[in-house]
Amino acid sequence: MTFITRAAALAAAWLLGVSVVQAQQPVRIGSTLSLTGPLGPTSAIHKVAGDVWIDEINLKGGLLGRKVEWLLKDDQSRPDLARTLYEQIITVDKVDLIIGPYATANILSAMGVAQRYNKLILHNSFGTPRIVKYDLQFPTSGGSGDPENAWPNLVLDAAAAAPRPPKTLAIVTSKFPSLHFISVGARDIAKKRGLNEVLWLEWEFGNREFGPIASRIKDARPDFVFVGATGLDAVMMLEAMKKIDYQPPMHFYMFPSPGPTAKVAEARGAMAFTTFEEHAPFTSNPRAAQFVKAFHERAKQAGLPDTAVDLHASIAYSTWQTLEAAVNGAKSLDDKAMAQWLRANPVETIMGRLSWPTTPDGPPNYMMGKDIYKVKQLQDGKWVVVWPKEFAAPGAKLQ
Amino acid sequence: MPSAALLGQSLLAGIFAGALYGLLGLGLTLAWGMLRQINLAHFALVFLGAYLTYQLSAAGFDPLVTLAIIAPAFFVLGIALHALLARFKVNPLNTLLITFGFTVMLESLIQWIWSADYRRLDSHYAGVKWKIGQLFVTLPELLTLGIACALALATWALLRYTDLGRALRATAEDAPMAAAFGVNHKLLALLLSGACASFAAVAGTCLALSYTLAPSQMYAWIGVVFAVVMIGGLGNPLGPLVAGLVIGVSEALTMALTAPAWAPLVSFSLLIAALLLRPEKF
Repeated sequence: MTFITRAAALAAAWLLGVSVVQAQQPVRIGSTLSLTGPLGPTSAIHKVAGDVWIDEINLKGGLLGRKVEWLLKDDQSRPDLARTLYEQIITVDKVDLIIGPYATANILSAMGVAQRYNKLILHNSFGTPRIVKYDLQFPTSGGSGDPENAWPNLVLDAAAAAPRPPKTLAIVTSKFPSLHFISVGARDIAKKRGLNEVLWLEWEFGNREFGPIASRIKDARPDFVFVGATGLDAVMMLEAMKKIDYQPPMHFYMFPSPGPTAKVAEARGAMAFTTFEEHAPFTSNPRAAQFVKAFHERAKQAGLPDTAVDLHASIAYSTWQTLEAAVNGAKSLDDKAMAQWLRANPVETIMGRLSWPTTPDGPPNYMMGKDIYKVKQLQDGKWVVVWPKEFAAPGAKLQ
Repeated sequence: MPSAALLGQSLLAGIFAGALYGLLGLGLTLAWGMLRQINLAHFALVFLGAYLTYQLSAAGFDPLVTLAIIAPAFFVLGIALHALLARFKVNPLNTLLITFGFTVMLESLIQWIWSADYRRLDSHYAGVKWKIGQLFVTLPELLTLGIACALALATWALLRYTDLGRALRATAEDAPMAAAFGVNHKLLALLLSGACASFAAVAGTCLALSYTLAPSQMYAWIGVVFAVVMIGGLGNPLGPLVAGLVIGVSEALTMALTAPAWAPLVSFSLLIAALLLRPEKF
């Protein structure tokens, strides 16, 4: 072999080696979650759901034949920090893909950074869709672009189908922005439906004392109580009702912390929104059943006291499923190619089919007037879907 | 027109909330007024105490019996904290910054051990309540009120009527002069810091009996308890209880009679009024 032939063979081997190494570089996905701070309890669920997906996708060979790595940073529940960290994730860590953080304010911060670098951003807990302008953002929570209409209608439809439909209602709500406007929407919709509003109360987010509010509800004697509460507020409200031996005939809490809520005896019959519960027809989907099993194990390892898969675990996992579908569908990690694919194709997730039609009167990539949310009710200590009827747990009826 | 039951129940809710404010503020006011330490870590200690109560109760201990373990342990923690601050001669403003650092560290520790998710103590106390006329009184709230009153009164009596109390007050007034009269002011300061941490443990147990726990919740109490401590007068053991009851009842009645969203304005309006009308007390 001549010197030139040997040199050419060595160069070819080196180039081949380089390309093989490049092909094996993992796909890096960057995001933040609120691992500490007030959003920590819910973010912990999102983290476990993400960990499950990372395990699954790598067992399946990864994305486009490359292993997947999740670069996760703690935004400490602070939108300002989320903004800085997304800047860092995109410009310093140079990840291939990003997904959104948890909760409205942090998502808005991350979305601003994504827009600056033309990155596709999927998100699942953005509470005020009407302020969204960026067309490479895709909601994956299954919510509509007008939750102030869609959600009160859904709840009041369910209430109207109850054995004793309500005639009077009390609407009590936190002033937390993404809850408050939905409660205001509920006032209008209740009025249009002919329901008599006997009480309207608002409290500041961070309120610790719910005793007087519970007493005022008891005093007003409503048939139905619509509570615009999230997380611990719902639990504190129920505990305040428990102290005065009061249970409303019908009661709804927007986004309660499901585990602690289920432990309060007075919560029986409480209704709430969900996108998934651990029963048929949801678990009839094999991938959903597999996710439920894996989530239980992972959540237990992570020390979460409540390991059930419901709204948050399902919206978090559906975000990853959507990312997977977009990469595989577009056969590319290019943000614009994935966005184009998502606009043209629905994605089947464990909580149902997600699609992103363009509607002239709504924010980009949002459905208007309808969504995939359901109403669940606490029956015999367990949350079960009761409305719409086709998604109700086997044998379950609204009580 | 609100019913008598609504007013009565709201008044009770305010009294019970105020008792907890007072209990939370007791250790803070003593450390601030007598040791010149603005101890933000007091709130983290309260929550650490609450989580330890939760954990030990889950292991089968009665929640109140857990105090036999937690309070002495916190006494040692309090001594260690004061020894550290005294060793480096930290001034009052810097104690605020340093103890904020400890608060963040303790929050992370709590989250590392118990996760960020909500924890609820299941105890036999929770379901016990009495109906008096149209009003309801629960055992955990009654216990909190009783403990808050007993601790505040006992501390006040100790400071007022015992030699130890006189020595503590003299140390707070002028430590070098007290030392000249033979008072071991360094030892007294260590003991007082230990007692403040033990009060945090007691407040933590009461908190765990009535509230669902999450690590970040510790920050939700800082504003109102600071107001209680300042209105009550720094270093005055009865002050936080009295101010707590005033604020708790005012907040509850505001919620019962007007918009609940106005309630947070009450504590700070009272604080501003106190600062304007009694500036010599601060």
